[in-house]
Amino acid sequence: MKTLSRVPWALVVLVAAFFVPAAGSRYYTFLANDVVIWALFATSLNLLVGYTGLVSFGHAAYFGIGAYTTGILMKKLGVPFLLAFPAAGVAAALFALVFGFFCVRLTRIYFAMLTLAFAQIVWAICFKWNEVTGGEQGMPEIPYPAFDWLELVAAWLPFVGGYRTSEHFYFLTLVLVAGCLWLLRRVVGSPFGRMLTTIRENPERAEFIGVNVRRYELAAFVVAGAFAGLAGGLFGIFNRGVFPDFAYWTKSSEVLIMTLLGGMGTFIGPALGALVLIWLNQQIVSYTQYWPLILGTILIVLLFVFPGGIAGALESAARRFRRRRQVA
Amino acid sequence: MLEVRDLRKSFDGFQAVGGVSFSVPRGSISAIIGPNGAGKTTLFNLITGHLRPDAGSVSFKNREVTGIAPHDLCRLGMGRSFQRTNIFPRLTVFQNFQAAVLWHRGCGWNLLAPVDRFYRDETEALLDSVGLLDKAGEVAGFLSHGNQKQLELGITLALEPEILLLDEPTAGMSAQETRESIRLIERIARERGLTLLFTEHDMEVVFAIAHRITVLHQGEVIADGAPEEVRRHPEVRRVYLGERR
Amino acid sequence: MPDLSFVFAQSLSGLTAAMFLFLIASGLSLIFGVLRVLNFAHGTFYMLGAYSAYQIVQWLGTGPVSFWVAAFGAAAGVALLGGIVERFLFQRLYGKEELYQLLFTYALVLVLGDVAKIIWGTQQKSLSRPPGLTGALSLFGATIPYYNLFIILLGPAIALGFWFALQRTRAGRFIRAAALDRETLGALGVNVNALYTGVFVLASFLGGLGGALITPMRAIVPGMDTEVIVEAFVVVVIGGLGSFWGTFLGALIYGQVLSFGILFFPRFSIFSIFALMAAVLIIRPWGLLGKPLK
Repeated sequence: MKTLSRVPWALVVLVAAFFVPAAGSRYYTFLANDVVIWALFATSLNLLVGYTGLVSFGHAAYFGIGAYTTGILMKKLGVPFLLAFPAAGVAAALFALVFGFFCVRLTRIYFAMLTLAFAQIVWAICFKWNEVTGGEQGMPEIPYPAFDWLELVAAWLPFVGGYRTSEHFYFLTLVLVAGCLWLLRRVVGSPFGRMLTTIRENPERAEFIGVNVRRYELAAFVVAGAFAGLAGGLFGIFNRGVFPDFAYWTKSSEVLIMTLLGGMGTFIGPALGALVLIWLNQQIVSYTQYWPLILGTILIVLLFVFPGGIAGALESAARRFRRRRQVA
Repeated sequence: MLEVRDLRKSFDGFQAVGGVSFSVPRGSISAIIGPNGAGKTTLFNLITGHLRPDAGSVSFKNREVTGIAPHDLCRLGMGRSFQRTNIFPRLTVFQNFQAAVLWHRGCGWNLLAPVDRFYRDETEALLDSVGLLDKAGEVAGFLSHGNQKQLELGITLALEPEILLLDEPTAGMSAQETRESIRLIERIARERGLTLLFTEHDMEVVFAIAHRITVLHQGEVIADGAPEEVRRHPEVRRVYLGERR
Repeated sequence: MPDLSFVFAQSLSGLTAAMFLFLIASGLSLIFGVLRVLNFAHGTFYMLGAYSAYQIVQWLGTGPVSFWVAAFGAAAGVALLGGIVERFLFQRLYGKEELYQLLFTYALVLVLGDVAKIIWGTQQKSLSRPPGLTGALSLFGATIPYYNLFIILLGPAIALGFWFALQRTRAGRFIRAAALDRETLGALGVNVNALYTGVFVLASFLGGLGGALITPMRAIVPGMDTEVIVEAFVVVVIGGLGSFWGTFLGALIYGQVLSFGILFFPRFSIFSIFALMAAVLIIRPWGLLGKPLK
């Protein structure tokens, strides 16, 4: 059992993910791309919900802001992806700073309501500001990043060439998301991350260790928003268009459910939730149009039987397995 | 070291604390006693910044600290433990202490380094001094009540405070646990030169170690002085002999 | 400058919208005040009320009272559903984290929304106004349908009746007490669980009634649940979570802001509603008439 935990699973998964276009069809690449982006989105939310104990109902706002930022920069202003992508994170972080400043002064249900209100404001602006955001129609056909440099690389590394643009984008997404997740992992495992968990566990006590709870919560809010924005920037391109519903509250609830499904108590939980939910969605949608019914039922079962989500259930199963081996 | 002047606080017309004044000299062990509902916890909350007083002032080390935020007070050197055990339930005992040490050492804003190695020795020394080293890996929420109180105390000590405010430190403990707890607290206070201010119900505890006692009744001070004086004070006897023991 | 009769007509339409919202939001506020939960599914109960009313009218045919029977029947049916959901499912979640309770109500939105689609399909339905309330009144140069007038009068009537019940009846006193301190109430021997179920039933009744009564004025479509729940949130936040008259006031304000907003600033009307909600939460989180939560 010990040897299993020594394997760098993350690296294995990452390398395996690179082989999806070669092994599977365009459909699988599409799915994998979707999963990877949502994994980042969900993990960013978990920084708030799972690690700091702040339940946000408006996280999609930053996703939307990131998507629109990259979309507007690339489509309307011709800015290269290299700049437009980080810009998504920066823009989202700025909004998160302003919105978050007001949100962290409130607790619990009021906090959740204000995050919702801000998200709806973002949605309303995107929905109506036709000149800049394309209004209700959104902005279709966001250009892919330029991949000509890959052709140069392909001269040396033969397996890099011979892929379609969408597959090139998939590889790019993989690398970027892996990088972001690595960063988030560092943040969560740092002293800062530890302070966040103390706030989650007992804000009053954290206050009396000297922690300026509000400042930490705001910092967590900004970091989470920034990464959500990055995810949004990627999603806009992947989705071949940016639309106002990226910021609508139902998007926020989707990502919240993903986080819960995978398990809020672990780092990898939300990513797992993204994988399972998107895969399930694709499977079910081909049989029936009543996906919300299935999702709702799964959610109810989760809440009553597996509150720790998939990761939580796996962890407790592993613990029981280990205990049995010890006894035997 | 700590001076409280004419503190008042009302809740919806009910006066919880009405014009309380007293001072706590450096290095002393002082106690605030009074029957249930006398306003002890409210008074504490006013001193530690959890509540804003309607009137009056608090000064700490000759600085006005009335109503400043708890985390700032903490930085100035005031430590507090709570009546209901206030720990981080899902973290391990080690992590509970480490969090306090991390903050005290100023690493709270380090966003990238892995946290497990930080201040390991210091945290373990701290665990040892409160007698919880053997329980380092246990999840705090599963400890016994007495252990949790020790943990609570330890977290407060990790911040190297100059004054320690303890709200009912022996509440819910058995007689044995109470005696041990009090001995521990007194030893720590002596070793570190701490000033101690605590509230209590248990008379035995108070008369055993306190240098000064302030008696509160219905939000007002009815006696204040050395244990002998207080024990003989007629108001105090009236208020107490009718209710407890 | 638009003329007075036009302004008057807009104001009345805002009032009508407000009364519907009051009906719905009062249930939401009630559940929050007592159970401390924001019930996302409340909009779904509203929608089910609308669909059920439609269904009952289909069964009864268009007689003189069929609309009223349908409205009441729909509300009662939704109330029953609410009671069952609360008693057998929701109650199990009471000890757990608030997030789980919130997500449960959202899961209900998903499930019940699709159930409605399965039963009634996705094409929009509607009901005509009940006989006796067709036709309109002319007042100050504006034409006001009798039905709208009925709604405008019904709102305050229900509000007053409700308020009276809260103040004077024993059950009402329990509800108010539970909103303030449920632990003590339990300690006093009151069956708090039964009280919660009762509150949920009552709130669902109001929501379902709102849905049933709106059928002559708005189309019954899937998606009306998510649309209305956000509006209800705004109303309840503005007025004050848990405050009864706050909800009434919030609904009035919302109705006027929306109807005049659409008139004068059509591009900003949605934005202004949420901006108002955010402003209230920033400046005075417990709303206009609410009390600070502790």
